[in-house]
Amino acid sequence: MRFSGFPGDERIRFIFGKRDGKSMIEGILVEGLIYGIMVLGVFITFRILDFPDLTVDGSFPLGAALMAQCILTGVNLWLALLIAFAGGVMAGVVTALIHNHLKVPNLLAGILTMTMLYSVNIRVLGNRANVPLLNEETILTKVSEYFSGVIPDEYILLLFFIIVALVIKTAVDIFFRTDLGMTLGAMGNNEQMVISQGVNPKTLKTIGVGLSNGLVALSGAFAAQYLGFADVGLGQGIIISGLASVMIGEFLIMKSNRIGVLTFCALIGSILFHAVVYFGRYYGYLIKMTPNDLNLIKGILIIILLVLAQSGKLKKVSRKVVAEK
Amino acid sequence: MIELKNLSTVFGQGTVNENRALNRINLKVNEGDFITIIGSNGAGKSTLLNLVAGSLSPTEGAVFLNGRDITREPEYKRARYIGRIFQNPLLGTASNMSLEDNMTITHKKGFKWLKRSLNSRLREYFRSELKQLNMGLEERMKENLVMFSGGQRQALTLLMMVLSKPALILLDEHTAALDPKNAEIVLELTNRFISEYKLTAMMITHNMSHAIEFGNRLLMMDKGEIIFESEGEAKRELTVEKLIDRFHQIRHKTFEDDKTLLSE
Repeated sequence: MRFSGFPGDERIRFIFGKRDGKSMIEGILVEGLIYGIMVLGVFITFRILDFPDLTVDGSFPLGAALMAQCILTGVNLWLALLIAFAGGVMAGVVTALIHNHLKVPNLLAGILTMTMLYSVNIRVLGNRANVPLLNEETILTKVSEYFSGVIPDEYILLLFFIIVALVIKTAVDIFFRTDLGMTLGAMGNNEQMVISQGVNPKTLKTIGVGLSNGLVALSGAFAAQYLGFADVGLGQGIIISGLASVMIGEFLIMKSNRIGVLTFCALIGSILFHAVVYFGRYYGYLIKMTPNDLNLIKGILIIILLVLAQSGKLKKVSRKVVAEK
Repeated sequence: MIELKNLSTVFGQGTVNENRALNRINLKVNEGDFITIIGSNGAGKSTLLNLVAGSLSPTEGAVFLNGRDITREPEYKRARYIGRIFQNPLLGTASNMSLEDNMTITHKKGFKWLKRSLNSRLREYFRSELKQLNMGLEERMKENLVMFSGGQRQALTLLMMVLSKPALILLDEHTAALDPKNAEIVLELTNRFISEYKLTAMMITHNMSHAIEFGNRLLMMDKGEIIFESEGEAKRELTVEKLIDRFHQIRHKTFEDDKTLLSE
């Protein structure tokens, strides 16, 4: 195996290795859905709470590391998912507490937690940077065994992750339709309004950022099982992937204030983003691109989306001015 | 009910820019009072409301509510019994949320839990309350508030605040950012709600005739002090001219100096 320092390489081998017989479409969809759970988390902080949170670069591998360690020590796999989620929540809570009580800007608070998590994650992995899981029993191998023969093998994981993503999406939708969820939404919009309601915005931020990182860690836990390893570098650039996915989703689908539509956009955005990355990875060589260039490509993608979004805004404004005249 | 004792606020204490925004204010607000506050820019009116609401802490002095010292209580806790409306109509409501969602959040004060209280019964209640505004908003409950005018949003904020039954309401020039017609409507609504729901209110205004027309007490502020107070019978007999005369007597200023007092 050629070592490139890019964790995606192993992913490629795993997804497209002949022994699995996985198709390109399935690879994109499954990966898009797994990372889609993370995108839902990023969507909550960036779009609903208006709290740009960089903790996710650390909480994603934290979820993966916790899951890997639980698998190796034989913890019940479903309990392991819960532990990964709880670990993510705690990471988010730390960021929120740093921001709330030390009056540190939210970006810096996230970077602080993310940096500390790097060490924590290596500890969780047992002082190693990478833990392979290829021959271990995971939720995915269990699911595959259980449904083998009932559903064509190549569709089992796809169906499983469609269900998982939809269940989590629905849970998020329901949460944001409760009084608490709506108040979180109002805070991202207008913090003074929330204060005027007698609610402490610090408490709300702690809940929101915690929840978001819980989802990100959950996504990491599934990713570790799917990739067959947990790596401390898994989180590198996660925030960029998440943000790009959110923006692609928003860009392609009509604006709406219905939470169900917004979370759906986030999932679709994630799938499309992974399609773009896939083509970059496999056909990039045509323009002499290597997998190491992917982060550059992701960044450029976000810049292009920002430019497009802003020119769209400009158009809207000019249209409005014309209409008023 | 609310008592301010020896309240002072100094901005930039110990620097060259030291500014005494409030200077030893003593004020007792009784239950049912509707106090109008006038004064030129920089007189300390907004600072006074900020201290009562808790968004500012005083440099000296204390705030009491029914005998309880609330000086150190954070703003969000005081907000459970103090309602407040700002000059900016956007501060009272969330733009990207529908009218009914906004009302669900605001019709009751305090922390919101993991339950969904918006149901058909609550919608019916909102609808009937919205009719009081005579703006046809009861037909637009699913629309986002970005679609509403400043006047409509300020009227809504007022209604939602009244529904949450606060012990005291603070109005910080809440009609100043509206066009004259909407300002009139919102002011009428304010007056009606205050008398209908027997609210205790403090209202800052730049308009002297409004200050005289509404409420049972009037405070005139200048340079961080309450320089003139009038209530009951005496207030009813006030006119704009008499107020200006009083101001001259107290401050020995020429008319040119206090143009700001008369502005707007």
